[in-house]
Amino acid sequence: MAERMVHLKVRRQDGPTRPDTGRWEEFKVPLLPQMNVISALQQVQLNPVTVEGKRVPPVVWDCSCLEEICGACTMLVNGRVRQACSALVEQIAPNGEVITLERMTKFPLVRDLIVDRERIFDDLKKVRAWVEMDGTHALGPGPRESPEQQQERYALSRCMACGCCLEACPQYNDSTSFVGAAVINQVRYFNMHPTGAMQANGRLDTIMGAGGITDCGKAQNCVQVCPKEIPLLDSLSSMARATTKRLLLGWLLK
Amino acid sequence: MAAKKTVRSEGGAIRRVAVVGGGLAGLTTTIKLCEAGVPVDIFSLVPVRRSHSVCAQGGINASVNTKGEGDSPRVHLEETVYGGDFLANQPPVKGMADAAPGIVYMLDRMGVPFNRTPEGLLDFRLFGGTLFHRTAFAGATTGQQLLYALDEQVRRFETIDVVDEVGMTIAGERMVRKFEMWDFLSMVLDDAGRCVGMVAQDLKSMQIKAFPYDAVCLATGGPGVIFGRSTNSVICTGAAAARAWRQGAIYANGECIQVHPTAIPGADKLRLISESARGEGGRIWVPKDQKDRRAPKQIPEKDRDYFLERQYPGYGNLVPRDIASRAIFQICFHEKRGIYNDKTTKNENEVYLDLTHKSEAFLREKLAGILEIYEKFAGVDPYHNPMKVFPSVHYSMGGLWVDFEKDASGSLKAGSPRNHATNIPGLYAAGEVDYQYHGANRLGANSLLSCIYAGMVSGPAIASYRQSLARSAYDLPTSVFDDAEVRETEDYQRILEQNQGKDGENVYQLHQELAEVMLRDCTIERDNAKLDKVIEKIGEVEERLKKVKVDDPQERANQNAQFVRNFESMVGLARVIAQGARNRDESRGAHYKPGFPKRNDAEWMRTTLARFKGEGQAPEFIRSFDYECAGQSVHVTDEVDVSLVPPRERKYETAGAASATAAKKEQTHG
Ligand SMILES: Cc1cc2nc3c(=O)[nH]c(=O)nc-3n(C[C@H](O)[C@H](O)[C@H](O)COP(=O)(O)OP(=O)(O)OC[C@H]3O[C@@H](n4cnc5c(N)ncnc54)[C@H](O)[C@@H]3O)c2cc1C
Ligand code: SF4
Ligand code: SF4
Ligand code: FES
Repeated sequence: MAERMVHLKVRRQDGPTRPDTGRWEEFKVPLLPQMNVISALQQVQLNPVTVEGKRVPPVVWDCSCLEEICGACTMLVNGRVRQACSALVEQIAPNGEVITLERMTKFPLVRDLIVDRERIFDDLKKVRAWVEMDGTHALGPGPRESPEQQQERYALSRCMACGCCLEACPQYNDSTSFVGAAVINQVRYFNMHPTGAMQANGRLDTIMGAGGITDCGKAQNCVQVCPKEIPLLDSLSSMARATTKRLLLGWLLK
Repeated sequence: MAAKKTVRSEGGAIRRVAVVGGGLAGLTTTIKLCEAGVPVDIFSLVPVRRSHSVCAQGGINASVNTKGEGDSPRVHLEETVYGGDFLANQPPVKGMADAAPGIVYMLDRMGVPFNRTPEGLLDFRLFGGTLFHRTAFAGATTGQQLLYALDEQVRRFETIDVVDEVGMTIAGERMVRKFEMWDFLSMVLDDAGRCVGMVAQDLKSMQIKAFPYDAVCLATGGPGVIFGRSTNSVICTGAAAARAWRQGAIYANGECIQVHPTAIPGADKLRLISESARGEGGRIWVPKDQKDRRAPKQIPEKDRDYFLERQYPGYGNLVPRDIASRAIFQICFHEKRGIYNDKTTKNENEVYLDLTHKSEAFLREKLAGILEIYEKFAGVDPYHNPMKVFPSVHYSMGGLWVDFEKDASGSLKAGSPRNHATNIPGLYAAGEVDYQYHGANRLGANSLLSCIYAGMVSGPAIASYRQSLARSAYDLPTSVFDDAEVRETEDYQRILEQNQGKDGENVYQLHQELAEVMLRDCTIERDNAKLDKVIEKIGEVEERLKKVKVDDPQERANQNAQFVRNFESMVGLARVIAQGARNRDESRGAHYKPGFPKRNDAEWMRTTLARFKGEGQAPEFIRSFDYECAGQSVHVTDEVDVSLVPPRERKYETAGAASATAAKKEQTHG
């Protein structure tokens, strides 16, 4: 029996200032058991030769954990934004269909499939996504919390800053400063924590102006692509309510 | 001379310290340094929030004893050194066990969503090597949650300005600066052999740059990728540690590599199913009949062999990892009793890990994170079907040698500059990259703890070291740094240019070949004749490495060239591991030689200390050395400090055997 092959079609570009190098390249590599898109790309590294028989520099991409928890390997697989490591070849191309791989479009290109998602981390700084603690010295346990609230917070805390929701969001791009669903979700997460709540207003203030919650057009694309099933719509609407309340209150007190 | 506590050097530069690595250890070190007023630069291969620590699932140990079981830090200490088969120096372990409850409370205050009891207190689960509920957890993604909490605190310091010794804010200078997607290449050493900075490469632009630092702390994690597929992230190559080793840092107990009993077989990675699955009641079994072809759920209890429970009635499925892995290996490899596969008509190297007797609601609350991984990657629902698993390389107990200073109670002396110092003055190491806490075998959920504890200790130690400096690295002649930068730039050029136009070797291919022999002959069972072959293979790979040619001539994000450089370092570390294993003629913890099945304290209760001798040469194994720390000369030997818990034979057949203190309590309770 002929060896089964995986057929990859990869969008490449050498760097942000080199649009002239934009190109598609195709590779065929042997199918391995339980293969995912990353292991297919690893096979390309072993023998970086295109279907036309041309030897080329191996494709570069971002990955680390290989178990869909670090968020590094986000890319467009067959046009859909997702993690490449959990894209199993048997599932997305059961009959040897072509698998297309492209970089995310909302972040600056580094090279090939790698983009720079620093903006997410900068935005987390902007909204002060942390608990203000007095220090790491011994001050005893934290506040008690009900198991219900823990479960609710836990569901929000699993965001791996992968950027899928930002890629899918029509409001998120270079011409706006919208922080996006992932970051607004973090505001809710910290505002829910008993200690974090002590700075809740300060955090809300950071998402009340330009780039904040009112930039969301409620398209709901974000929640559909989130691999961690984070209740992003709840987070968006709950922060919309909280900011409206704060705005009204502030206005009344004037 | 610069005043010792000054924030600025004589020349006016901000005196920073570098922390390489943004996993739990690196981030904790950073926070502690910031709290001590020391500005930090963090370097990491990936944005720190994506560091390998994010993978940890099961939890973090602390003897908080909220379940009224009589657990205590003393019992934690005893079980840890017993589990490690008496190869760990005990004072640091005592320091860690004593600090553990405070560490978990600190994380709790940072907002980690730890699971709770109905009363709203922290919940604790069972893990291997103990009979106490000692493991705090946040679902089954504890590492992710801890990493995020620390990352967030560090991000806070990215917004805080440096303040000088008289309280003046220095505008535009933040306490933390991050260099993410940068690769540590080497230390900058001054004439006296002190580490005064480092050279790193930006993995986007490939620019190479030398930086002065008053001290450098490596928190670069483990070396699992040397074995090819493992439970580790692809960035866990050990290359940073290997480079420090090549520059003179001593590497300790390299042969102590942990193989985790339960991982999902896969083409690119062996994904872990955490020990917490067994802590929450999971059972390991194979069919009694070797050729049983029924689906697992069709096999009744009486036809199943729960071999761990049978062999180790005291601890059952929660025996330490080395023991469980060997038992599975024995069943699959030697007895050919792995799960029978009708299609291949073979007994596969797989056993069942079964949770199906637990309710789905319970499993979702406690283990969803890991069961999700199984569902996603194996394509089978683990709530209703037993999982198929096999052992995988997981963790390195060995690592860069680091020092400690004892206090009167036999614990670590707080703030001593010797704690976590390597033998290179100014170079510290913390986290999986150090060798300090786990002896010859690590207990589950002790690593997240040791990483954070190492950071808690390293931060103050580095701050003391920095104060002891008569002269800041920032006041050295710039030529020291320029030379280092030129050296690394030339070396990178060599990699790009060598063997071009020839038929050269492919580095990924070489890696596969090396990994295969390391995995086969240098993990669960070790045999001297086979290890000789492994070492021979390493020599061969080293030779062929000279013929490697990169396929990528590009100036940006050149992962191909970067991997060549990594691999050149990894091969050196492979030698340390394999040669260390060859030398240690006994069985202790994870290091098991059927030819020498007993532990031999008289000859081998000592630390393996490996020193670099030269390219392509066998490492030198030494019994003692001297080094200098903060102006003090320290004599070090390979003797293990067993001052707190006297060594005894390690056995898990009877309950409570791992801790004499716990066993005594058991008796008085009747
Ligand atoms: C799947 C899995 C599950 C686990 N579960 C548990 C558990 O439940 N409980 C437990 O206690 N332990 C667990 N462990 C072990 C534990 O996760 C690790 O030992 C621990 O996270 C290591 O942390 P670290 O801070 O030392 O390093 P890491 O988290 O590995 O971080 C290393 C850092 O160094 C950086 N780095 C590395 N090399 C370089 C370089 N050359 N230049 C610049 N930066 C570099 C990386 O970018 C990264 O930021 C688990 C391990 C695995 C693999
Ligand atoms: S709901 Fe808001 S955040 Fe989500 S995709 Fe739409 S515009 Fe973007
Ligand atoms: S919210 Fe979901 S999609 Fe968005 S970054 Fe987080 S994990 Fe990714
Ligand atoms: S590599 Fe971490 S999410 Fe895919």
